[in-house]
Amino acid sequence: MIETLRDLGRSGIGAFESLGRSALLFFYTWRGMGEVLTRPRLVLQQVYATGVLSLVIISVSGLFVGMVLGLQGYNTLVGFGAEEQLGVVVALSLVRELGPVVSALLFAGRAGSALTAEIGLMKATEQLAAMEMMAVDPLHRVVAPRLLGGIIAVPLLASIFNTVGVWGGWFVGVGLLGVDDGSYWAHIETTVSLRHDVANGLIKSMVFGVAVTWIAVFEGYDTVPTSEGISRSTTRTVVHASLAILALDFLLTALMFD
Amino acid sequence: MKQRNLELAVGIFVALGLGALLILALQVSDLGTTVGRDGYRLLARFDNIGQLKPRAAVKMSGVAVGQVANIYVDPETFDAVVVMRIDRRFDRIPLDTSAQIFTSGMLGEQYVALDPGGEETFLAEGDTITITQPALVLEQLIGQFMMGKAAGDE
Repeated sequence: MIETLRDLGRSGIGAFESLGRSALLFFYTWRGMGEVLTRPRLVLQQVYATGVLSLVIISVSGLFVGMVLGLQGYNTLVGFGAEEQLGVVVALSLVRELGPVVSALLFAGRAGSALTAEIGLMKATEQLAAMEMMAVDPLHRVVAPRLLGGIIAVPLLASIFNTVGVWGGWFVGVGLLGVDDGSYWAHIETTVSLRHDVANGLIKSMVFGVAVTWIAVFEGYDTVPTSEGISRSTTRTVVHASLAILALDFLLTALMFD
Repeated sequence: MKQRNLELAVGIFVALGLGALLILALQVSDLGTTVGRDGYRLLARFDNIGQLKPRAAVKMSGVAVGQVANIYVDPETFDAVVVMRIDRRFDRIPLDTSAQIFTSGMLGEQYVALDPGGEETFLAEGDTITITQPALVLEQLIGQFMMGKAAGDE
């Protein structure tokens, strides 16, 4: 009985401790951003590793999500004789919700886990400690460019996801199911608003970008430097990042679209 | 060489992302509406506009020729004045053209339908269409029907 209570308390305190550590890491990393700007190549490398290499999975997923939306939307709308509104269904669901959320989830799995594993292995092989010995702050040299690179990459990936998805829906709706081409685009243009839908979707994906990369670099930096510890941290990154994305999505949606 | 490849790949990626954003802004949002964007203005006076909203389509024979730019109430006559932007391509709309407010489908949005007349002179910037038919308001219709029923019973 006492044992269980003790364990519960320990894990509770542990959770708050790691929350505190992650907040401090975020703060210290941002303080080092000025230093990163003098070495843009480091950021470039990270945009390549997280963004460019995620391009294929993001565009293929976007295409299929758009196609599924086209198919499902058509089947529902045709019952009301409103299949002309298919473009609106596809575009609004992508731009407002699915684009930012799904691309961030994919990013967490594809790039976030890699970030954690990379930094975790650096810690396990004492590369981070070696940097400190050379008076190089690993937070500024290793963590900051990765954080910035992820934050740059996610909104761009979400935009690509959205655009490919709208074309995927167009392909199914107009190409295969015979919705009128003109009304597909015309209804999108008259309904989707640049400020309310497109801009808010972009803000969402920026927030997700910060959250996912922050969690990923923190889990890597905070890992138990053993092979088991790294594997646990990588799993935690994907789980925590996914939960954070979905919870933040609810919050942001409640704030943006009232 | 490797460094240049890196720069190239990231450059292409950023360009793709920004390009996608541009497409979203231009084609998937209201910024890109071309019909009626630059065109001439026509006014139409209606007794009742129903659920007509700004940005609704203006159609002629079912084809979109412009959109509703603005709607306001004339403070003196209490008519609803609908300001429409008509695409430049359709600059030969006869003077005695009439305007009606229709609904597209049962649940659809309302739009302004222009029914061209036969005059040789054409509507120009700022002209007003006077021959109009107001939107059908379901409640009014039901009300009239009920009144007719009641009157018939007596």
